[in-house]
Amino acid sequence: MLEPFFRWCESTLIGQAVANSVWAFPILEAVHLLGLCLLGGALLVVDLRMLGVGLTGQSVSRLARHARPWLVAALVVMVATGIPLFLSESIKAYYNTSFWVKMATLPVALGFTFGVRERVARNEGMEPGPRCKVIGAVSLALWFTVAAAGRWIGFS
Amino acid sequence: MIERFLGWLGETPWSVALLESLYAWPLVESTHVLTLGLFVGATIVMDLRLTGLAFRDVPVQAFTGRLLPWTHAGFIVMTVTGLLLLYSQPLRYYHNVFFRVKVLVMVVAGINAFVFHRGAHRHATTWGADAIPPRAARIAGTVSLAAWALVVVTGRLIAYNWFDCDIQPQPGWVNWLAGCEAVTE
Repeated sequence: MLEPFFRWCESTLIGQAVANSVWAFPILEAVHLLGLCLLGGALLVVDLRMLGVGLTGQSVSRLARHARPWLVAALVVMVATGIPLFLSESIKAYYNTSFWVKMATLPVALGFTFGVRERVARNEGMEPGPRCKVIGAVSLALWFTVAAAGRWIGFS
Repeated sequence: MIERFLGWLGETPWSVALLESLYAWPLVESTHVLTLGLFVGATIVMDLRLTGLAFRDVPVQAFTGRLLPWTHAGFIVMTVTGLLLLYSQPLRYYHNVFFRVKVLVMVVAGINAFVFHRGAHRHATTWGADAIPPRAARIAGTVSLAAWALVVVTGRLIAYNWFDCDIQPQPGWVNWLAGCEAVTE
């Protein structure tokens, strides 16, 4: 049912421009990876703290407040590069299980991060309780799934 | 001589098996890429603190003390998986322009980290709590950010064979950089 839409995506100006260029896809990929690095750092520093390791001398709320703009910046970079990457090979993506795993997990991870994790982290101090630890672990698991499925798009 | 060694290494059964495997190679490669989030991610966070751009009221020693072990763990995983990938196609990577630039930039990043830890960081007790660290620390953070970004970009581009020795003609400097003379002549 969605296939015509994916065909249209690939026929768009951006999709065709990226698909027909030698350098565009690799460069977008590389910047997408740089976004992944920043995203990893901004997430881990808080998730690890929520789990009770890493920067244990600082409160969870302070680290989360500092990390937030970098987390948002990383996501902006990833989406801004991810969309043209997708447009350049939408039909391949349509038939790719990893792509669908990633697209199913991504909104869950985003909703969890900004809906649940942020609210809890904001009010958490020096001694994260069990609830906080679970949230840190779930955040890591969700984003790991998004990243792993994302990498696997290229292999499957 | 190094060519002969790498040629031999690439023909060892384990190297061939790794390269031709259905799952092992992709899993090693995926681990290498995903660990970027840990290794380069933790490095970025610390570098941003050193430049004074982020985490200004968190002392620098908190990062070099509590976060660095995680960075080191990431580095070990990156090294092991990276060496395995190199082992799967030694001669090809040896002549890959992006691989060569990547190795050079990693050496620069290593020297930069060494200089920082032997220099400015030794007096971190005096400036570690400052919102904006001293010049030497800011420079170390900036060099590290730029170097690791370049390592990530060149690392990703290793996958492309644009400048490989068997793709000719190439400009002279490309063949020089890739060390192709021995192959083409």
